[in-house]
Amino acid sequence: MTATTTQTPAGRPGSADSGQRMPVLSARGLVKTFGKVVGLDGVDLNLYPGEVLAVIGDNGAGKSTLIKCLTGALTPDAGELFLEGRPVQFKRPQDARDAGIETVYQTLAVAPALDIASNLFLGREKRRRGVLGSVFRMLDQKGMRRDAEQALAELGIGTLQNVAQAVETLSGGQRQAVAVARAAAFGSKVIVLDEPTAALGVKESNQVLRMIEELRTRGLPVILISHNMPHVFEVADRIHIQRLGRCAGVVTPASHTMPEAVAIMTGATTLEETPGRQAG
Amino acid sequence: MTATTPTTAAQEFALRRHSPLQRVQHVLHAHPAISPFLVLVISFVVFATLNPRFASPNSLSLVLQQVAVIGALAVGQTLIILTAGIDLSVGAITILAMMLGAKIAVGQGLPGLLAIGLAVVVGAAAGALNGGLVTRLKLPPFIVTLGTLSVFTAVGLLYSEGRSVQGTDLPAVLSWTGETFPVGRFRITVGVIMVLLLYLAVGFALAKTAWGRHVYAVGDDKEAARLAGIRVDRVLLSVYLVAGAIYGLTAWILIGRAGAASPNAITDANLESITAVVIGGTSLFGGRGAVLGTLLGALIVGFFRSGLSLAGVDDQYRVLAVGVLVILAVAVDQWIRKVRS
Repeated sequence: MTATTTQTPAGRPGSADSGQRMPVLSARGLVKTFGKVVGLDGVDLNLYPGEVLAVIGDNGAGKSTLIKCLTGALTPDAGELFLEGRPVQFKRPQDARDAGIETVYQTLAVAPALDIASNLFLGREKRRRGVLGSVFRMLDQKGMRRDAEQALAELGIGTLQNVAQAVETLSGGQRQAVAVARAAAFGSKVIVLDEPTAALGVKESNQVLRMIEELRTRGLPVILISHNMPHVFEVADRIHIQRLGRCAGVVTPASHTMPEAVAIMTGATTLEETPGRQAG
Repeated sequence: MTATTPTTAAQEFALRRHSPLQRVQHVLHAHPAISPFLVLVISFVVFATLNPRFASPNSLSLVLQQVAVIGALAVGQTLIILTAGIDLSVGAITILAMMLGAKIAVGQGLPGLLAIGLAVVVGAAAGALNGGLVTRLKLPPFIVTLGTLSVFTAVGLLYSEGRSVQGTDLPAVLSWTGETFPVGRFRITVGVIMVLLLYLAVGFALAKTAWGRHVYAVGDDKEAARLAGIRVDRVLLSVYLVAGAIYGLTAWILIGRAGAASPNAITDANLESITAVVIGGTSLFGGRGAVLGTLLGALIVGFFRSGLSLAGVDDQYRVLAVGVLVILAVAVDQWIRKVRS
């Protein structure tokens, strides 16, 4: 691996010590190939407590592959994953989820015909107490709706008043909110958001960015994959730049400008040539 | 309209006035059973006007008894269609389960209740075979059940040597489902009660249990369900297995209704059960619908049969009318799917 990946991130004021703290999630030397196509060519990644780490990169740079390896959707060919310092292996998405890593997929993975509360608890339904739950397997619909309302309110989503509403009647931003709320409600350690603002308008995007900040305030670290540089620079603490299957560097909104980050991402320059304000 | 001042074009759009047609669309979207219910009520009124005998307790009791078998099969069919599948082997499984149960009861002297249990197990096993082919070999349900339709039909005919088993030869309990008893001026069979209980049980499971949620989620968007942590294959397999068990149970109701176990019974069960499901508003694309609609759909078909024959109309008009209803029902389903807030 090139020297760039081992460079300690400079960090914003307040997260300047992140280089010394133990990462919540860390990947070492991830390799993933698809036949002759190299998706990941030895990638390291560190996610520190309470930070928003953006992952940017051009199409085919390995963003998705990297995220899939972190969330169990793909199994890396080589390399190691550590969650809170302990080595972990995810064979399927459920493994990562059980370990406390929740992912909001670009496709959102919601069931359109089911209502908001059902979607929040999909695959993790709560049953009624007593015989009704144990023998008749009856759902605790009231409890789930109450918890769903609370989960949405906690993220500052006041616009979704009726959790019994079918998800397909919601706008793109509202669906995104449901998916993020689901991740936030169950993700105990890490939340991964894949292109959460890609399909959204300006106002809805801002809503999602506020939700990301809310997650950070709660102390939940977030990995944000995005093409949208203004969004990345607005919320990210550190930015992992992926290029041609490798990590081309980790910068911060303070150390580098948007054009510099894009230049590194596209290969117009390198981190050595553009060390940034603080790192230089 | 002036309650809130829209600040963006999107908000303005959200506050636009809905046309009456859009309102209807919204109501139907929230309550898909309304349209089959309306069709049922209207057809009842029309047929009762054409021939008052249609509304007599006698005639209505007969409709219920006629509808029972297809109505029961349609419960299993609903489950499968909710997962965006389809089951063409409904009738074949029922016949196979029935002939096995009946022949072993007569030939080997298996007690009646055990023969019924055997039929249910055979049905469940046949359903599980369908489910296994769908989930393991990833074959489309249409192809799988088209194949097993022939396989199960052939096995049923080979095993029974094409011969019926008369009801008088069978243990009494097998014909018990055909027993009638009066409810007011109506005559209800045990089979009809069993079908209603079946609707209640499956309706409860679909609406009130996690399994039901998962069935809808899998039919709605398989990939989303998988990413949400639902074991899609397991849900699908369970659906086909439960449907098969329901077909096995229906074999019992069929013996009571027909008074015999005949390998040539219910040849049209496939299409008739799908018809009831579709007219009942369950979407062929999965994830949407309920057994209540299927019950209404089965009753509508029963009403058309009895009503048109009492009106002295050629039976082909019933076939024609049911065909039109199916197309209408699917068109309405497509339309209400387009609803947006």
